[in-house]
Amino acid sequence: MDFAFTEEQELLRQQAREYLDRRFPAERVVELAESEAGWDPASWAELAELGWLGVSVPEEHGGAGLGFLEEAVIFEELGRALYPGPYFSTVALALPALPPELQSEVASGQTRWSASLEGSLVPDLGNVDRVLVARDGRLWAVPPHGQMIETKDATRRLGRLHDTDGGEDVGSDDLLDAARLRAQVALALEAVGIAARALELGVHHASTREQFGRPIGIYQAVSHPLADTYVETEQARSLAYWAAWCVAEDDEQAPVAAAAAKAAAAEAATNACERSIQVHGGIGFTWEHVLHRYYKRAQWIDAFAGSAAAHRATVARALLDEAGVPA
Amino acid sequence: MNLRDTPDEAAFRAELRDWLDANLPEQLRGHRGGAARFEGELGREWSRKLGEAGYAGLTWPREYGGAGAPYSHQAIFLEEMTRSEAPQHIGVIGLGMAGPTIIAHGTDEQKSRYLSKILTAEEIWCQGFSEPGAGSDLAALRTSAVLDASGDHFVVNGQKVWSSYAHLADWCILVVRTDPDAPKHQGLTYLLVDMHLPGVEVRPLRQITGEAEFNEIFFTDVLVSREHMLGDVGQGWQVAMTTLLHERGTLGFALTAALEVAMRKLTALVRERAPDDPVVRDRLAREWIGLQGLKYTNYRALTKLMQTGVPGPEGSGAKLYFSEANQRVTKIALDLLGPESQLLDENGDGYWQYQQLRSRGNTIEAGTSEVLRNIIAERVLGLPRSR
Repeated sequence: MDFAFTEEQELLRQQAREYLDRRFPAERVVELAESEAGWDPASWAELAELGWLGVSVPEEHGGAGLGFLEEAVIFEELGRALYPGPYFSTVALALPALPPELQSEVASGQTRWSASLEGSLVPDLGNVDRVLVARDGRLWAVPPHGQMIETKDATRRLGRLHDTDGGEDVGSDDLLDAARLRAQVALALEAVGIAARALELGVHHASTREQFGRPIGIYQAVSHPLADTYVETEQARSLAYWAAWCVAEDDEQAPVAAAAAKAAAAEAATNACERSIQVHGGIGFTWEHVLHRYYKRAQWIDAFAGSAAAHRATVARALLDEAGVPA
Repeated sequence: MNLRDTPDEAAFRAELRDWLDANLPEQLRGHRGGAARFEGELGREWSRKLGEAGYAGLTWPREYGGAGAPYSHQAIFLEEMTRSEAPQHIGVIGLGMAGPTIIAHGTDEQKSRYLSKILTAEEIWCQGFSEPGAGSDLAALRTSAVLDASGDHFVVNGQKVWSSYAHLADWCILVVRTDPDAPKHQGLTYLLVDMHLPGVEVRPLRQITGEAEFNEIFFTDVLVSREHMLGDVGQGWQVAMTTLLHERGTLGFALTAALEVAMRKLTALVRERAPDDPVVRDRLAREWIGLQGLKYTNYRALTKLMQTGVPGPEGSGAKLYFSEANQRVTKIALDLLGPESQLLDENGDGYWQYQQLRSRGNTIEAGTSEVLRNIIAERVLGLPRSR
């Protein structure tokens, strides 16, 4: 039993946090969110340079040949920073379903991808080169022709594909299951990063904002909801790491772990943001404050790749209709 | 990261599983807990057996009769005890609290006097910390101990409350006030008190379940030899903190084990009563997910404990989560039972009726949820102190 990241994985986390703090501080993310493109395309080459695009791509195809646990570290950090760019769409939604030669194009930063998991609504449609669609038991790579739609979370916009016909056959649609599982866990990890960040902002505000001559954090009506956020966030973190390990190890519990993690983490992130908004008072309700950006990403995560209730239904099936309670 | 057992852990688990299959008396399996768990010779006999097989004091150092095993073995022990629905060792307070505190602060004489008898279940311990006027604010306690003229004995007077096992106990870890004029954390002393001394009176406290699981202990002019003092005069608070640290150390695993038992029974009840009810299914799944969250949070804490040797603050979060989850889980069961939930003696022994009432104590005992939220807010999150 060893439930900790390795030293190398922790170094990767440190590298990720340093890069994101430097290149994507909150003010920069807000600026990009309000821009037309919604992201900084120059950052893609930087991510390729850092090796983040090919973390799980085999070395002979230009990647680092590492596993999902390394990607997990990056997903959590990108969520925490609210990185606006098609990393989730490319690496979690599409990459696991791509054949090796296309994976190597991803690793080098040459192509960005998304996939249509949920009918015609496609994340980052305007910022990718190709989109995976499932049709007739096959997966097809189609051009990203469609319409971007104004999306509540401006850091991850959805578009609607015009046409899902044609395209290039890239393999069996069975591969989409792997992508779907990874997408659920990736979103759970992002949600953990968001919950932790919303909690930090709440704790900072409660420690510095004074009313009645004292910091408001001394009032238990303020501090106790933050304590609850801490407990929920740590539980969600444990579930997300468990699910990430299951995916990395191809463990038989992976589907139920992914469902559990996605359900718990999306709710934890939403709750964390709502409590933090409340702790911030009026300023937390303004457009100017960054909190609503995290809140909207938390809601985006909850809405995409299965709601918490749908994932709990999956868990209930495993508990009641299948072999029995997983150990 | 590797969530599977190491070869050493797997071997320990397999050996333990075989041992439980061969040695656990059938009439002790699946007991609902509660006050009745203390009664009868069977419980003591079972505890002796655990001790003889080397499963008591797993993490204690070998020089004191323990197994010197890593904390992971203690976690596996609790998991397997849960799986086989075995009752716990009745010396839990000695094993988990008194023993480790004596190891940390005791003299050589004290260590050789007390430790081995804890392991063999020859002597049972109870805890005398809380008082009617000192619950969450433990340092406000007033039970007094005054050195007699010879300076050899403390004369102890006062009242303790919420003491599990006191009616069976041979010894008590007792925190007393030796200096009423010192600041409240500095006037305390930690004593090891023989429960059979004249002047010690134990009265059971009947709870809302109708059972008496806790006791009040009254001390009237009890003479306690100075050699039974742990640490120095005035050091009682520091010694007591060692006890509470150990209470939290692997507490998370014991709590997870308890919740796991409840969840297994609840899952069986749902299968029987409402397998297709979508609302019930959703509630069940939510609690199962929470249980996994608790379990894996413990594993993360365990990894840290094995690396650093010191329990982190996660124990407070685990206890907070467990107690509220257990209240929800037992309520779901009552909902499923409908009007039968009002009966005490049908459906076996009124298991859920008992568990639901008992669960109301979970958010109060061993640190109220309010105190735990303060601990998390102040010591984990670094928020300004409320007092």
